[in-house]
Amino acid sequence: MSHVGSPRPGVIGAGTGLPPATGLAPATPPRAEPGPFRAFWNRLTARRSAIVGLVIVVALILMAVFADWIAPYDPIATDWGAIRSSPDWAHPFGTDEVGHDVLSRIVFGARASLGAGLTSVALAVALGLPFGLIAGYAGGILDMLIMRLTDALLAIPFLILAIALAAFLGPSLTNAMVAIGLSATSTFVRLTRAQVQAVAAEEFIEAARAVGNPPWRIALRHILPNIVPAILVQATLTIAAAIIAEASLSFLGLGQQPPEPSWGSMLNVAKNFLEQAPWMAIWPGASIFLAVLAFNLLGDGLRDALDPRQRT
Amino acid sequence: MTESSPKTLLDVRDLGVAFDSEVGAVHAVNGVSYALREGETLGIVGESGSGKSVHVLAMLGLIPRPPGRVTGGEVLFAGRDLLALPERALRKVRGGQIGFVFQDPMSSLNPGMTVAAQIIEPLRIHLGLDGRAARARAKDLLDLVRIPNAAARLDQYPHEFSGGQRQRVMIAIGLSCRPKLLIADEATTALDVTVQAEIIGLVQELKREIGMAIIWITHDLGVVAGIADTVQVMYAGRILERGPVDDVFRDPRSAYTLGLLRSLPDLSRGRAGRRRLHQIEGAPPDMRHPPPGDPFAVRNAYATPRCLAERPPLAQAPGAAPGHLVAAWYDLPARLAAEGVSR
Repeated sequence: MSHVGSPRPGVIGAGTGLPPATGLAPATPPRAEPGPFRAFWNRLTARRSAIVGLVIVVALILMAVFADWIAPYDPIATDWGAIRSSPDWAHPFGTDEVGHDVLSRIVFGARASLGAGLTSVALAVALGLPFGLIAGYAGGILDMLIMRLTDALLAIPFLILAIALAAFLGPSLTNAMVAIGLSATSTFVRLTRAQVQAVAAEEFIEAARAVGNPPWRIALRHILPNIVPAILVQATLTIAAAIIAEASLSFLGLGQQPPEPSWGSMLNVAKNFLEQAPWMAIWPGASIFLAVLAFNLLGDGLRDALDPRQRT
Repeated sequence: MTESSPKTLLDVRDLGVAFDSEVGAVHAVNGVSYALREGETLGIVGESGSGKSVHVLAMLGLIPRPPGRVTGGEVLFAGRDLLALPERALRKVRGGQIGFVFQDPMSSLNPGMTVAAQIIEPLRIHLGLDGRAARARAKDLLDLVRIPNAAARLDQYPHEFSGGQRQRVMIAIGLSCRPKLLIADEATTALDVTVQAEIIGLVQELKREIGMAIIWITHDLGVVAGIADTVQVMYAGRILERGPVDDVFRDPRSAYTLGLLRSLPDLSRGRAGRRRLHQIEGAPPDMRHPPPGDPFAVRNAYATPRCLAERPPLAQAPGAAPGHLVAAWYDLPARLAAEGVSR
């Protein structure tokens, strides 16, 4: 389990015999000397819960990417001969009220969930990082403006803000991603600013100024790389929150639009049939649970592995 | 500017630095004036808060502004007033003509960059070197500071170097562009004594090879005795005494210098001569309200009423070697003789 350097993401989960993921696992190529990345990888894989989280995340990503091959049915094809049929060999996860195969919708629903999670957090980082960097490094009136705006956004609960923005933008998965991303941005502005201020006070930043580096170079080359770990951890944990947010928006009809599958919208329909067809709710609910758990485990593992206090 | 002799490299005139705080401005440096010749090694000693580090950082615009600010003075370096230079021009001086070595080699190197990348930075900024040429120069610099197997160590990270080696890397960075002046701010304070001795020996060798002037800031009188031509004692943001290092140590004229010298253990006396180390009573003044007179007067057993009321100028000490300056109203040798105290 703790053997490093041979990530085999196909081992668990789907058991599909697919080729191993190439660009997905954050594995670093083994090197002769233990470089910083190798050391990080060793620390990460020393934690069982982090490995579990990483394996599930990789499996879910593979499931989303190769949904066309994995899903036994077209997720929006209706089988009128099998309405709300309980799980059997033809439909292992059962079918829903219009005869969709639940397993196929779970597999394709991973695209909406993970896609929304990753895209919205990417948007939040892309917006939050530059503003946080400017606020933290430039200071002064720019800092004040950016931070007061951030405070205003942070005063509104994350999900409420996402719902309001999604309602304003109109119901679609893309708009839901934008809404979630914008709602999560303020967290990243704040985190980046705090990290920048902490790193900027380090002596090596003064040393960098003393060799004649211009401010932009200090910000990008000396400060930015040193705050990446904190951003990475926060991003991983925020993906979990974004997955819940996407499911919530879809549940409310503001995200993925029917008949396209989404775990959240599946739950919305399923709530009307909880007694007659509990499988319609169990599988999407379990999927959301698993995805959120995996990203949280991975985020916690990353946080421990990147903790500067544990470095030499 | 006309006063500067041709050999003067750095001419600090009446430099003042203050830090604004919520409880008022703290006057960290007050009217510091001195000159440094080319190739001279100046040791600046003083306790924490004496302004010894702050005044050199202020010269190069390296104090955070706000809250720091230069309240006045001129710093002529090679004929130009550094305090009047725009930031862009000052950047060319930093790391180029003036190299820096900081106190703690553990925290002065960026943990996320290879040693080569950090040595190359000033080469790129000041000499326009890049790629292969810069790398070759970086290797030469590691050789220069006697790091064995330099080529193989270029791509290592700071955590793979020992404390002494990291300080060697810092010195390599400081010397990378052949500066006319190297400022070492407590450069050996964080190192253990054997490594300290190695680093001091290295700096002295490099000085012979390169011939740069050095400002060595420390609170260790022993280091100053070993390395400096001139010593300058600072207290409460002022120079209390300054002169050729042998002369000042043999014949101190400021009670503060005397107190510092007496606080050193004297190993030559052996076990029999063991004595309790001298301790300077009291604490430095509150620099939000600098005292009107001699800042050391309240802690000084030899102070006269005039010391409390009026600030003594830094002037040639009577009967001392030329260039041995002191800021004191009292005549320390006479007072010591009267007490019958032998040092």
